Amino acid sequence: MRRTFRGGVHPLHKIHEGKPLAMDKRIEVFMPDHVVIPMGMHLGAPSTPCVNKGDRVLTGQIIGTPNGFLGVPVHASISGTVSAVEPRQQLKAHPEMCVCIDSDGQDEWVELTPVGAVESVEPAAIMKAVREAGICGMGGAAFPAGIKLAIPEGKKAEVVIINGSECEPYLTCDHRVMIEEPERVVNGLRLLMRAVGVTKGYIAIEDNKPQCVESMRLAANEYHSISVVALKTKYPQGGEKQLIEVITGKQIPQKKLPIDVGALVFNIQTAAAVADAVLLGKPLIERITTVTGAVGEPKNYRLRIGTEFGDAIDAAGGYSETFKKLIAGGPMTGFCCPNDHISVQKASGGILLFDEEMAKQDEEGPCIRCAKCVSACPIGLLPYRLKFDVEQRNWARAKVDGAMDCIACGVCAYTCPANRHITSSIKVAKEMITAEERRQKK
Amino acid sequence: MNFTVSTAPHIHSEQTTQRLMLKVIVALAPCVAAAIYFFGWRALVIDVIAVVSCVFFEFLAQKIAKRPITTNDLSAVVTGIILAMNMPATATWWMVVIGSAVAILLVKQLFGGIGCNFLNPALAARAVLLTSWPSRMTNFTLPTGFAGDAVSSATPLAGYEAKTIQLLLGNVPGSIGEVCKIAILIGGAYLLIAKVIKWYVPVSFIGTFMIFSWIFGQNPITAVLSGGILFGAVFMATDYVTNPMTAVGKLIFGFGCGLIVAILRNFTPMAEGVTYAILIMNVVTPLIDKYIKPKVYGEVKAHA
Repeated sequence: MRRTFRGGVHPLHKIHEGKPLAMDKRIEVFMPDHVVIPMGMHLGAPSTPCVNKGDRVLTGQIIGTPNGFLGVPVHASISGTVSAVEPRQQLKAHPEMCVCIDSDGQDEWVELTPVGAVESVEPAAIMKAVREAGICGMGGAAFPAGIKLAIPEGKKAEVVIINGSECEPYLTCDHRVMIEEPERVVNGLRLLMRAVGVTKGYIAIEDNKPQCVESMRLAANEYHSISVVALKTKYPQGGEKQLIEVITGKQIPQKKLPIDVGALVFNIQTAAAVADAVLLGKPLIERITTVTGAVGEPKNYRLRIGTEFGDAIDAAGGYSETFKKLIAGGPMTGFCCPNDHISVQKASGGILLFDEEMAKQDEEGPCIRCAKCVSACPIGLLPYRLKFDVEQRNWARAKVDGAMDCIACGVCAYTCPANRHITSSIKVAKEMITAEERRQKK
Repeated sequence: MNFTVSTAPHIHSEQTTQRLMLKVIVALAPCVAAAIYFFGWRALVIDVIAVVSCVFFEFLAQKIAKRPITTNDLSAVVTGIILAMNMPATATWWMVVIGSAVAILLVKQLFGGIGCNFLNPALAARAVLLTSWPSRMTNFTLPTGFAGDAVSSATPLAGYEAKTIQLLLGNVPGSIGEVCKIAILIGGAYLLIAKVIKWYVPVSFIGTFMIFSWIFGQNPITAVLSGGILFGAVFMATDYVTNPMTAVGKLIFGFGCGLIVAILRNFTPMAEGVTYAILIMNVVTPLIDKYIKPKVYGEVKAHA
């Protein structure tokens, strides 16, 4: 019996035209001649630049020092000269501080010191290495991994789950890592389990990726504490809440964290980065990102953090003639880019290009009360009602109707036959409710 | 280069309102075909008049109200066909036109168009016709196909003795679309397979009705195959706009419909009751939606 979560959509028909584009493309390396590295790539206060214009930096050198509780250091991803330290427009509302580096073509690294071996390294040393390597969640939310590992007093981790669902259509970067570099993932999981003293680890993969399941099973074969589980292919299987429920059978209570049910979830590439940080002493300065859609040749690139989207797109054969839309991330939750001077960040899984045909959208129509959004919502909300709340600008009722529980997975808007922009409306409600709560606190 | 910007999600299912309505029309096709087979050209004429006048009234209302014209979402076509299926073969052309006007102008457009009506338009129209011209609306004839004159007869509910097989095939008097149960079941199966509707409403409606018919001393099989209960449960109670949004709500809605029909048929002079049962439950729907909500993930009771 396979446990599953409520709602969701299956099959997401475009998965079948999306994933195959880059699914079988081996990971290739792309080296940019310049990078623009934002200081706020993680959830939490942006780091402070600690280099100046004209400085020469080495690959792996710290260029941003962490700030605050959720702070994460930032490292140079290429060697060369700092050409600018200035605010640049990325995908947030306002320009953010970035360190720009022009490459010297040498890719000269700082000296790397391995922290220890998987079997013998001290848990405290793992946590320190993770923090110093600047690792944050690489699946999308970019939550600092070091903070996740620092378990609050009175709580206990019971399982570590590595999220290999990659349920977003089109994206195949985690897919390739599981096939080509499974030992990095397994080592990362073993280190994460060791760091928090957990004896049960899971690698969760959707069953539409049998190659990945096989590859990971082979790599984890000798470790009895690790189970590789094939999950039903259903969007949003990779949602943290959904994944935890499927694996542990427990739901995270509202306003609580995964650790409250004893679970820690890390993305495939986060685990791999942890392995690199401990076993090689390597900071997080590169990641695998899928460049796909209406592009010359879809690719899975190993990209240096700070590579501009435009450079990666050019490397992948450039824009198609009917190009229309550039999306950072996947098609269900990704953000549209206003131009291609957007940097690859630690959590950038995809650079997705849509041509006119793919970007076509129907007009928004009236709700016909078909209830498809209600049965699809994985959280059990009434999305149609929230949409009406927002149209009436009734934020108080939106709060009562559970706007804050929305995970913005996008299935309500996806299934809506009237093409109502339900998901984005609920996002607006969340912002308004948060702003109101902040006002009241003051 | 021009970068278009929009909000996530950036992809959409193939489903549109128009496609859904088209699927309902396809599901109604067996009923329409059976109606024409059993009642001949009269059924065809009623059908055409109903569809044309429904679409015309929708266009007219939106033109007058200066709203966007949405006749190509096909919802008015669906209303027209369902209304036609609810008429007796002896219905005159003006009855059909008045019915269409009531359905589209009064019930649907006056309340804001698709999605805003609180009653099923076709059913409300039938109710108006039924109270205005009760004898004309129940002037049922034995199906004679394209041959011969129509002979007036009572419906099976009012004393006409029919064998189960005849009830199933539709060789009995009744409204033109509701006599052939096989056609309705084929249409219903298609709606379920094509994921246009879920099973909640039809199953709880028919199940509840059969159980209560049996309790009230009827043969549940004969009872369910008589009159318009199957057509109502498959095509009218499942109308998106006028039934609840949640699974539990839909089950309650179907239960209410089934119970009311069983009571009306057994304890009132009314031979039929499907129309009023569904209309009553349509009115209850907002109340059901207000109180029946799905369980939210990780729900924490406010005063646990």
